[in-house]
Amino acid sequence: MRRLLIWLPLAAFLLLLGVAIRGIVSPGERAVRSALIGQPVPLLKIDPLFEGRPGIDSDALATGEPILLNLFASWCVPCIAEAPQLMKLKEEGVPIYGVAVRDTPEEMRRFLNENGDPYTAIGDDRTSQVSIALGASGVPETYVIDGQGRIVKQHIGYIGSQDMDELRKALEAAE
Amino acid sequence: MIAEAGLAALWLAAAMALFQIGMAWAGASGGADSPLYLRATRGVALAQGVLAATAFAMLIWVFARSDMSVLLVVDNSHSLKPMLYKLSGAWGNHEGSMLLWVTVLAVAGAAVALFERRLEERTLAATLGAQALIGMGFYAFLLFASNPFARINPAPADGQGLNPLLQDPGLAFHPPTLYFGYVGLSVAFSFAVGALLVRDVGPAFARAMRPWVLAAWIFLTIGITAGSYWAYYELGWGGWWFWDPVENASLMPWLAATALLHSVTVLATRDGLRAWTLMLAVVAFSMSMVGTFLVRSGILTSVHAFAVDPLRGSFILILLGLYIGGALLLFATRVGTVKQGATFEFVSREGALVINNLLLSVILGVVLIGTLYPLVAQAMGEQLSIGAPFFNKVTVPVALALVVVTVAGPLLRWRRDTWRALGRRMLMPFAASIAAAMLLFLFARDAGLYPILGLIFAAGLAVGSLLPLVGRNLRRTPLHIWGMAIAHLGVAVSIAGMAADSGFTKERLAAIPIGESLEVGPYRVTLADVGPTVGPNWSALEARLEARRGEGAVFLLRPQQRYFSNPVTSTSEAAIATRWDGQLYAVLGNGSDQGRWQLRLWWKPFVTLIWGGGGLIALGGVLSLVGRLWRERRKRQAEEDDE
Repeated sequence: MRRLLIWLPLAAFLLLLGVAIRGIVSPGERAVRSALIGQPVPLLKIDPLFEGRPGIDSDALATGEPILLNLFASWCVPCIAEAPQLMKLKEEGVPIYGVAVRDTPEEMRRFLNENGDPYTAIGDDRTSQVSIALGASGVPETYVIDGQGRIVKQHIGYIGSQDMDELRKALEAAE
Repeated sequence: MIAEAGLAALWLAAAMALFQIGMAWAGASGGADSPLYLRATRGVALAQGVLAATAFAMLIWVFARSDMSVLLVVDNSHSLKPMLYKLSGAWGNHEGSMLLWVTVLAVAGAAVALFERRLEERTLAATLGAQALIGMGFYAFLLFASNPFARINPAPADGQGLNPLLQDPGLAFHPPTLYFGYVGLSVAFSFAVGALLVRDVGPAFARAMRPWVLAAWIFLTIGITAGSYWAYYELGWGGWWFWDPVENASLMPWLAATALLHSVTVLATRDGLRAWTLMLAVVAFSMSMVGTFLVRSGILTSVHAFAVDPLRGSFILILLGLYIGGALLLFATRVGTVKQGATFEFVSREGALVINNLLLSVILGVVLIGTLYPLVAQAMGEQLSIGAPFFNKVTVPVALALVVVTVAGPLLRWRRDTWRALGRRMLMPFAASIAAAMLLFLFARDAGLYPILGLIFAAGLAVGSLLPLVGRNLRRTPLHIWGMAIAHLGVAVSIAGMAADSGFTKERLAAIPIGESLEVGPYRVTLADVGPTVGPNWSALEARLEARRGEGAVFLLRPQQRYFSNPVTSTSEAAIATRWDGQLYAVLGNGSDQGRWQLRLWWKPFVTLIWGGGGLIALGGVLSLVGRLWRERRKRQAEEDDE
């Protein structure tokens, strides 16, 4: 009995550690929700990440057609997983605006070379200010924005093939 | 150059820590040369403390000068900031707070090396080795994953500012206070590991560890009290405790430290509870680590920081696994060789302290489970959060039971006592509780069950905590007895404040035009005016409220909505009027289009007792610490005179 008690704290701790490791390896959906759903995209003017490619201006997001605003980064592992889905959406004609969170042009160029480049424009959010303004919970994260520039849906975490139908539906409804 | 100097000092400090581990190993092994190595360990620990402090000083310097070529300054400061917040920007962020952490850790190690004379030399060496080992992980973390001195090229014209919520004197000092507490517990942890390594657990070890536990506990108490008051007046929601993971992160080490403080006393005075005390020392520091880092890495609130930088999250988790897992493994394998201490009857001071420890552990377990459960649930594919109702429902009854033990403990004799004698000594506190119950029945029947119970138990505890002083010559009463009485009285005062706040608070929320009035509790509050005003780095809308109690004099309250430009944020500054019997708390909300302004008013009777009690608890700790240290010094002097 006493021997069992002595090993109990270690066992409990290892169990907890296992849960935490699982939390890192396969993060579930985050509980944090943006308070901005149904509201216009906050006033943003994001400098371009690359010279010669456009940045993002929130006025320009009200294009009359639904678009995706995708927060991503070259250092973000789940972003690699969602890249094929984004390429598919691009082929379907959805404009995708990217916000590169805490990234550098060199790293980003490498990332786009390896994983494809679905972006109409890429803004530079080196200091996470855009993420904060959007109420984002991390990277990757994707917003569906309707023709008037209003946020209609927030997708937290990477876009897997299982999320595609839901996204397409949201895009259709946003027209 | 300053940043490079800081980085160099940090590297050197890390090298010293590595060196210290080696020296301590050689010293603790007990070979022929070990006295030599022991002396070297002390010197190296001192050098490590000085170097780490130098690195931190360099970081503060860089912030004071607003050196925008340093990335951390750019991210967390702005040249227009008031100096106090420029400085607090140094530790109001991830990298800086890690550096502060390792600095306090190293300086505490240096202090142990300088001042510790009670421990057996080999135990001391093992302790210093353990302390350096903890430090090593954090140095590696700083140097490889979160370098606070990283440069940015090209340097931007100005910085991003500091989160306006953090721009408050309370919060500038709050994190360092808590860190001193956490790191004080690291010393207790190192003592425990050292004692396990050389198998030397006894009263001398407990007496050496006690001042560190006491000091850490004082800092934690002050930190939690101040943090609670900060949340109360700065966040503008009128509450003082939310059971938020961040708050729980500071509460858990405090609970463990409170239990440890009591059990280490049993070990020091009666040589009992050896294994249990070691376990608590390990748990207390584990709680500081789990608390600080899981919150800092964001895994509890949103798992957010792991996504921001998975490398950092994994690094933290590896450290947690190594330190806590290692210590628990050491405990499990070694504690069998620790001899059982002195035994005691159930009805005795020791017995009461064991019950106290068990109840504190239950509360700790509840808070830990409640805080981590969302994480566990997520691992099983469910999203949920656990809020105040759960914590209140489970902890309040246990806390009330703890109050009874807190009254009984100091009234019991060491080793053995009788139920009868205890019953006789408990008569006065019991009478006080009955009196409180009758008063409440007459005047405040509808305050709610928990508030009423809280006030009844608080009355008993207030009287009971002073009983150990009754019948003594007060001037010759040892300071630590005073400390205990005052700390226990502080608990009673805090509980009374919490109960009064939750039982009697009056709240009003309304949108009114200028010139109109609202009534809340005994006050009548008129919205006289709303106008703009500016501060050093913010602008604000400020309301002028004229408040009046009955026929008393009119006084002004000026709640604000503040807007910060760097970064763009708004905060609401509550206006609080403190009276002897409570606080009037006003928050200005948004204006609406018809010229109405949203006002939120609270009348909170005796709410200040919550923090006043916290202050008393800390004061009791300080008196105990001073009393103990002074006593030991005198004893040592007497021994030296004998020789």
